[in-house]
Amino acid sequence: MTATAARSSTGDGTEAAEAGRKGKRATSRARSERRLGWMLCAPAVTVILLVTAYPILYALWLSLQRYDLRFPDDRGFVGIDNYQAVLSNDVWWQDLVNTLVITAASVVVELVLGFALAFVMYRAFFGRAVVRSAILVPYGIITVVAAFAWRFAFDPTTGFVNGLTGTDRSWFTEQWSSYVVIIATEVWKTTPFMSLLLLAGFMLVPQDAVNAARVDGASAWQRLWKIIIPLMKPAILVAVLFRTLDAFRIFDTIYVQTRGAQNTESVSIIGYQTLISRLNLGLGSAVSVLIFACVLVIAFVFVKGFGANLAQQRGENP
Amino acid sequence: MNRRRTSDKVFWAGGIVIVVVYALLPVVWILSLSLKPTDEITNGKFLPQDPSFDNFSAIWKDPQFPSALRNSLGIALIATLLAVVLATFAAYAIVRLDFPGKALIMSGALAIAMFPPVAIIGPLFNMWRSLHLFDTWFGLIIPYMTFTLPMAIWTLSAFFREIPWDLDKAARVDGATPFQAFRKVIAPLAAPGMFTSAILVFIFAWNDFLFATALTSTNRARTVPAAITFFTGSSQFDFPTGQIAAASVVVTIPIIVMVLVFQRRIVAGLTSGAVKG
Repeated sequence: MTATAARSSTGDGTEAAEAGRKGKRATSRARSERRLGWMLCAPAVTVILLVTAYPILYALWLSLQRYDLRFPDDRGFVGIDNYQAVLSNDVWWQDLVNTLVITAASVVVELVLGFALAFVMYRAFFGRAVVRSAILVPYGIITVVAAFAWRFAFDPTTGFVNGLTGTDRSWFTEQWSSYVVIIATEVWKTTPFMSLLLLAGFMLVPQDAVNAARVDGASAWQRLWKIIIPLMKPAILVAVLFRTLDAFRIFDTIYVQTRGAQNTESVSIIGYQTLISRLNLGLGSAVSVLIFACVLVIAFVFVKGFGANLAQQRGENP
Repeated sequence: MNRRRTSDKVFWAGGIVIVVVYALLPVVWILSLSLKPTDEITNGKFLPQDPSFDNFSAIWKDPQFPSALRNSLGIALIATLLAVVLATFAAYAIVRLDFPGKALIMSGALAIAMFPPVAIIGPLFNMWRSLHLFDTWFGLIIPYMTFTLPMAIWTLSAFFREIPWDLDKAARVDGATPFQAFRKVIAPLAAPGMFTSAILVFIFAWNDFLFATALTSTNRARTVPAAITFFTGSSQFDFPTGQIAAASVVVTIPIIVMVLVFQRRIVAGLTSGAVKG
């Protein structure tokens, strides 16, 4: 019974060995251990199921009904009419395209910037604490606050960006320039998280392999592309998957900066507006279920298509 | 490793400066905006010429911001406490006990981490209205707790796996009571992990906007991120830029303090699963 044994096998190995020794009494011990385990997990599992699984099933049920809170008496079962209404509407498809464009652009930029940041943090042989504190500020700052800061910076009346670049542009009156500000805000806010996950993956790359390649005459560029990146692939995949799913839910930044004007609406914005602003629970729930389905598809593509192993390498949802 | 040359040092020092400027520029900008008096807001300059605290006194006079700050603090702290307690139970069981279903709990928790919150705001909105939880503290505490439980369970399990649990047996052999063994040996070892997950949960609850705007309607439970978007100027044409900036600065201060004091812990928490597997 060493500490290492307990650590390596989440405790169950030693317990099993003990159970084996004690023979008959083991079954009742194992049973009571099982019961205690379930009891300790029950509160957390119950809360999670009640607040996620039940509502998503409820959303599925609502999505099959005509149910508008402004006309509650007109409620009735309509089958898949709501889905037909959403899927035959150009706004949904346009919003899906907007969301995918913003997601793809921000994740790609973040991956490149995150790599650069991770390298600086890795190589910062002085001031490591300074760098780490600095990059945690964007991670910790409220998204709404970040969105306002960037909006005010680009706004032609309050901002300094036009003065700095010598332009006279109203950034939020065109789609592409609104995209630029929205994506820049997202990238600023979430690159630190990406870079920390990449740094963690980078630390796992065995230095011996890198040094061996150096001895064999590989250039820094070759070492990066042939040794470091392939070995970091699991960490990169997980970081990209988490950020992709997170970016796909984009809501706060767009809500604050354009409210979906100039055709920058995301799927979360249309879901929110149908449900909460227009109080159409039936139609809004159909949008919710479709968003949920999109997230499942993205996760499926990453896990099955690219082989992202989530259980082994984990990020989290800030 | 080979000796570092001066040019190398300069290169990386430059990198550090760029990173710090990148991270802090928008924060300095919102601070400078909050210190600009009304007639300077639109002058397009980065720094205020004649800094004043007018915007700060304005937001404290308006009833909206103080109550939003109170709501934010109360809701985030209670959600943090509940999530960490529940996650500690679960993580302890997962690390220390043998029972069927724990792999399912861990993978289920991962799946929840990817869950899009917008998919459930409609049902929650409807449920909360009939349960009288709409526009209450608990109406927000419950979803915050739920959405942070998965990450708290993962972080805590990663930390708990590193604890040499048998130390507590050793302490008892040496004559400590079970409670003493827990208090003097196990609790100090478990505390850093619990503390780290508490910080991450708090940041999530402090940051949320979607639930806060969908599930509240008045100052009773509206938190700062939602309240800021409801700020109105003295007239319809007078957008309250300075006041939004001042409120932003106030709610950013706790985050900056936390990041400065606990940066090592936060990084360990964010990457715990990734590093330790």
